[in-house]
Amino acid sequence: MTPEPPDRVLLGHGSGGRLTDRLVREVFLGRLSNPALDALSDAAHLPDPAGPLAFTTDAFVVSPLFFPGGDIGSLCVNGTVNDLAVAGAVPLHLSAAFILEEGFPLADLRRIADSMAAAAAAAGVEVVCGDTKVVERGHGDGVFVTTAGIGRLRAEPPPGARSIRPGDAVIVSGPLGDHGAVILAARMGLDAAGSLRSDGAPVAGLVDALYAAGVRPRFLRDPTRGGLATVLAEAGREAALTAEVREDRIPVRDSVRAVCSLLGVDPLYLACEGRIVAIVPPEQEGDAVRALRGVPGGEGAAAVGTVVPLRVAPVSLVTLYGGRRAYDTLAADPLPRIC
Amino acid sequence: MRFPSPDPSLPFRAPEAVRGLAAELARLDPGRPVRVMHVCGTHEHAIGAAGLRDLLPPWLRVTAGPGCPVCVCPAAEIDCAARLAADRGVVVAAFGDVLRVPSRLSLEEARARGGDCRVVGGIEEAAALAAAEPGRPFAFHAVGFETTACTTAAAVRRGLPANLSILSSHRLVPPALEALLAPGGPAPDGLVLPGHVLAVTGLGEYEALHRRRPVPMAAAGFEPAEILLALAWILRRLRGEPSRERVGNAYRRVVRRRGNPEARRALAEVFEPVDADWRGLGRIPLSGLALRGRFAALEARTRHGIAEDPAVGDLVPGCRCGEVLLGAAEPEECALFGAACTPESPRGACMVAFEGTCHARFRTGAAR
Repeated sequence: MTPEPPDRVLLGHGSGGRLTDRLVREVFLGRLSNPALDALSDAAHLPDPAGPLAFTTDAFVVSPLFFPGGDIGSLCVNGTVNDLAVAGAVPLHLSAAFILEEGFPLADLRRIADSMAAAAAAAGVEVVCGDTKVVERGHGDGVFVTTAGIGRLRAEPPPGARSIRPGDAVIVSGPLGDHGAVILAARMGLDAAGSLRSDGAPVAGLVDALYAAGVRPRFLRDPTRGGLATVLAEAGREAALTAEVREDRIPVRDSVRAVCSLLGVDPLYLACEGRIVAIVPPEQEGDAVRALRGVPGGEGAAAVGTVVPLRVAPVSLVTLYGGRRAYDTLAADPLPRIC
Repeated sequence: MRFPSPDPSLPFRAPEAVRGLAAELARLDPGRPVRVMHVCGTHEHAIGAAGLRDLLPPWLRVTAGPGCPVCVCPAAEIDCAARLAADRGVVVAAFGDVLRVPSRLSLEEARARGGDCRVVGGIEEAAALAAAEPGRPFAFHAVGFETTACTTAAAVRRGLPANLSILSSHRLVPPALEALLAPGGPAPDGLVLPGHVLAVTGLGEYEALHRRRPVPMAAAGFEPAEILLALAWILRRLRGEPSRERVGNAYRRVVRRRGNPEARRALAEVFEPVDADWRGLGRIPLSGLALRGRFAALEARTRHGIAEDPAVGDLVPGCRCGEVLLGAAEPEECALFGAACTPESPRGACMVAFEGTCHARFRTGAAR
């Protein structure tokens, strides 16, 4: 007689034996199936990409695991896909390694695998290899996931902060801080009338739209941890220039602003998971905004400022009131475990 | 819960109102340089974040006084908390900023030596931690002005777990203002009063202070328009325009004449004013809060037999926190600011705390 399958992760699920095999086949293969993964060999065999590659990896330790607008499954696919996209690459293949905590509900793991499958399909990538390990109860926090990704670099030179020039336009693809605000509100038990949703989404379509419109971004980044302010501060420092941005042009939802005011957090430091920041030559500003607005997820795109010769700080904000303030990278992360 | 109705003339994030008020300020030129001091870390943050100093007329300077409770907490009291954790096996619960404040031994250093120091958001969290481990002694390092002290008082009145004591470093705002306005002090021309402190205490103590030290003072909220409104009220008084109010109130949606009676009752029942040291300012009469009467045994110093060591100095060489706290020096005038002293590796308390003047200036001010 066959025993009832367990409904929670057991230490045996990480042993490499029969339980592991069943977990991999039932939870992951069933959802993420593709020829390379289905072979279940020690390494995935991939077709010749015919050109230079981009390769990246990212670890995901988000708390809570499920939040309005996404979960760790969508996050771990989009995060790595987006890192490839803003590096100027077309994402192709991902790996995924799971560290599961003993006792974690298998129903939740299936839900996470479902989200991964949906996010991978939306981004046009395949998860081609993976691994699962189980740690004793109390030695993890449900699920940690590490994904790595390979992408084919575009023919154009990859964007980078050193290409930025004074006069360039700073563009964002939509309202800022949605993901960070969702996580913050969930941790603090704030509902905010249910109007907050993570912006988690693949950004490859946004990047494609820019290139298709003939825009050649000098700098591209997805403003995840540290938000717009940190992305611009790091770029400004590397380029020895200042990004001068205008508060009245920076899109931030009222619900996000409300959570920020309540908790004393600055929305410009809050993470996004489905936005890009693009710095483009001044004559391409209009094309870039139009191109972004024409694709899903880019409807709220806006030009928010200009690059100027270095002032004291790498980011200078002209406030709503006409004064100025500086931004720099943060000394300490105000919100750990956001992704 | 009912909230006071907001003043419709002061909407949130109102650039037109702010521009109008800035223009009005410029018209209130008294014909001499004016220096107004605020005494609230959140005001410094709000001013920096809105870039408000750029909107002020050149003859008007707004400086920051001793408005950060973490910054004014003397090093000897931090050292007490750290020794409780490092030498006495007491679990010390403190606000996050307090952990990094430099002292002979900081709480962060005590933790690195094996002491148990935990970050909490308030006394209720400390009480929950203590209740969960009834076999271990806990102490809550109670730092803060009237705004925080009333939460300590409320929790004490309701009853604490038997294993939780309180290291009181609470301070009162009016005695510090009296010291600032005393002859020989920094003598600002006007004071912007901390709105949330006055939400607790009301206006009475400040009216009494004004009778003794007749310097224009007005309560302000944290919207740029409210700060400018308080400045305009102060400038009108400096020009000799009369007002029916002895103390201005530019934060009517929150500050009531009598403050919060319940919070005031709790404060009076649990604490009594005692002479206390302020970092950089020295001893100020009746400016600290000690647990009174039947609550006195809850004091961690008494329970664990520990006292401040007068040999613990407040400032490292070169640090001008003392002058910054008095509004006598701007952070940028300190040679350590932004060089040897940054939020990553602070040398002085004012660079540690989010409400610290140096921290706020470092965060928001480097653009000019």
